[in-house]
Amino acid sequence: MAKLSLRGVVKQFGANTVCDGIDLNVEEGQMVCLIGASGAGKSTLLRCINLLEAVEDGEIFLDGEDIAEPGLNPQGVRARIGMVFQSFNLFPHMTALENAMLAPRRVHGRSKADLVGEVKELFTRFGLADRMHNYPDQLSGGQQQRVAIIRALAMRPEVMLFDEITSALDPQLVGEVLDVLLMLKQQGMTMVLATHEMGFARQAADKVCFLKDGKIIEEGPPEALFDAPEREETKAFLARALK
Amino acid sequence: MTKVLSIVAATLALTSTTASAGGHCAAGKTLTEGQFTIATGNPAYYPWVLDDAPESGQGFEAAVAYAVAAEMGFAADDVVWVRSSFDEAIQPGAKNFDVNMQQYSITAARDEVVDFSAPYYTAPMAVLVSPGATETEATLEALRELKWGAVGSTTAVPKLASIVQPTSDPLLYGDNADVNAAMSANQIDAALFDLPTALFLSAVMIEGSKVIGQFAPDASDNPDQFGMLMEEGNPLKACVDEALTALTESGELAAIEATWLQDTTGVPLIDF
Amino acid sequence: MTTIKAAGMTRREVYEAQQRKRSLIIAATSTLVVVACLIIFVPMSPGWEKVQRSFFNGDVLSDTFPKLLDAFKINLMIFAWSAPAIAILGLLIALARDAKSPALFPLRIFGAAFTDIFRGVPVILTVYLIGFGIPGLGLPRPWNSPYIWGSLALILTYSAYVAEIFRSGIDSVHQSQRSAALSLGLSERQVMRDVVLPQAIRNVVPSQMNMLIALQKDVSLLSFIGPVEIFRQAGVFKSLTANFTPYVGAAIIFLIVTIPATRYADYLMSKQRKDRS
Repeated sequence: MAKLSLRGVVKQFGANTVCDGIDLNVEEGQMVCLIGASGAGKSTLLRCINLLEAVEDGEIFLDGEDIAEPGLNPQGVRARIGMVFQSFNLFPHMTALENAMLAPRRVHGRSKADLVGEVKELFTRFGLADRMHNYPDQLSGGQQQRVAIIRALAMRPEVMLFDEITSALDPQLVGEVLDVLLMLKQQGMTMVLATHEMGFARQAADKVCFLKDGKIIEEGPPEALFDAPEREETKAFLARALK
Repeated sequence: MTKVLSIVAATLALTSTTASAGGHCAAGKTLTEGQFTIATGNPAYYPWVLDDAPESGQGFEAAVAYAVAAEMGFAADDVVWVRSSFDEAIQPGAKNFDVNMQQYSITAARDEVVDFSAPYYTAPMAVLVSPGATETEATLEALRELKWGAVGSTTAVPKLASIVQPTSDPLLYGDNADVNAAMSANQIDAALFDLPTALFLSAVMIEGSKVIGQFAPDASDNPDQFGMLMEEGNPLKACVDEALTALTESGELAAIEATWLQDTTGVPLIDF
Repeated sequence: MTTIKAAGMTRREVYEAQQRKRSLIIAATSTLVVVACLIIFVPMSPGWEKVQRSFFNGDVLSDTFPKLLDAFKINLMIFAWSAPAIAILGLLIALARDAKSPALFPLRIFGAAFTDIFRGVPVILTVYLIGFGIPGLGLPRPWNSPYIWGSLALILTYSAYVAEIFRSGIDSVHQSQRSAALSLGLSERQVMRDVVLPQAIRNVVPSQMNMLIALQKDVSLLSFIGPVEIFRQAGVFKSLTANFTPYVGAAIIFLIVTIPATRYADYLMSKQRKDRS
């Protein structure tokens, strides 16, 4: 059984259909990359999986349980699925450490003392041990994004969603964030990425999906999709993106 | 052409003689030649002015105003009424009245800034108590324990402090109506007013309230006397004083008082 | 050129220093001219002597000033208990107006009606109506005190304004902050309490400072229903002396408090603007 499985997911904003019947399987420990032009529906799809957007139609199974069921309390699902955003969205009034400890304390009711060891361990692992007590505006973009990843990991999620997390970074800072993703992959984290980093997708992804107009037009292992795309739209997109 | 001019000239001459005949003393000293402009409060209260209509001549101050005007040689039609607040009366600069008449107590400090006429009424201070406090004994000891109120702009405030010396700080208000409201809300037990005002409030405004005593004015070092207020250095003062003196001597002022102000001998005197 | 280098200044810095010096001289000169004109020409006006006697009378001022200061303690007292109540009630109303659950719909309606009414009625009317009206229902002493009900009138009116400022503060927190917090599994309430409100409150501190300054002044409106605070005390002195100087004295006391507070609020505002840019 797939860890995460989408069946005919539809999301509309008014008359605008952003996700138009999406099917997707993500196996345990897999890294799936969503590629496609801006507005193709990648970000919205991730937000639907995390229930930040309510889907109009279709099913989303997490370990076989339909989490897109209307009326279901989204909190429990969100606690199991971590998400990292393009614009970091750290809480500016808290230090990096406080950012990471807020949700486990509130949602799992754990004490600060109980948490602090394992959260510090995360900071150390991702090279930010000396930055824990800084506020977000005292950190570089790359550091902020790594803190955002730590914040999501502190909840011990089963699946991680990454929404173009390097798009807002200066080019020389992209590498340090992508390295974190590789580390996570090694540890067997199940991940779905919306990304414009074609090189990274080709090197690290287990599966790449090309989205256009709210549909997955083509999917497959990176070598197949990048080297021998079958669809004309995929070819055209890759020709532009890899130029 | 010359004919027309001479007619105009004759008319002017005629008008001016009429005017000067209107007041020898006041000639050239009033705001508008031939007219006597008197300010009253807005609104003007009973029993000083009836129905807020001073031009009727009804009410004590309205009647005194017309008597003074007549004594000065003005016809009733030459009396013009305007409204003014206390602040307008004392602000520096040109005034829009010849005299201002609304129970202004004559005090030395005020006299430095404005002029007062000779007094036209000597007002005893009286104690008005709320419906819940009508059984209070009319002694200073008993009165001291009450919660007091007064109108902040009147000489009742220093009188309250010097004569009654209440044990708790008095509450002060902007006008009679607000004292009335505070008494109805049971926020104060007693208020200090001049006697005619106190009698009016108890009879008409605050049901169940009572005037339980008065402080005889002549027993005070500094009795409350009402005078007409004028701009500092107003040359009209001599004429107004002359008229008031004449009215006092002729007994007319006493007669007006008897007509408009209720007999106050029924209100017991409080020793102090 | 070498001497400039020795002084450790670049060409640009030398130029800017000259410009600053020039502006300073011009500003000083023009200020002097204006002040001199005021000092020389105002007293030359025909009414000056009278105005001076009525408004700037040294004897009256020195006689009344200590008692005005005493009365000002009443203002401070009323301010001291009203301000925290306003902060709390204002925040509650702001939250009520943003309540999303249908069960809380009456609360939302109530919040909206509350702000509409109390922002729409002049403070003085509210003070009169509540200060005299509610005690008139027959409350026993001391529960009918004008201090209590007058303060309540201030609290209700100012809460309405303060609530709107809090609401604008809540709106100023970017939607992405909510998304991030929700994505971590926090409930709507936790998101509001831990993420949105702390930022919202920080964003509106300068605006709320201005409300505090306004409140400090409006405390004087309670004088209409009895308390002898500084404005009433000045009015009593004005009546007794037929002189407006006590009002000037009261104004001076207000300024001593409000000018530093206003400066501080302005400082916070400009600091916030800088932080954002």
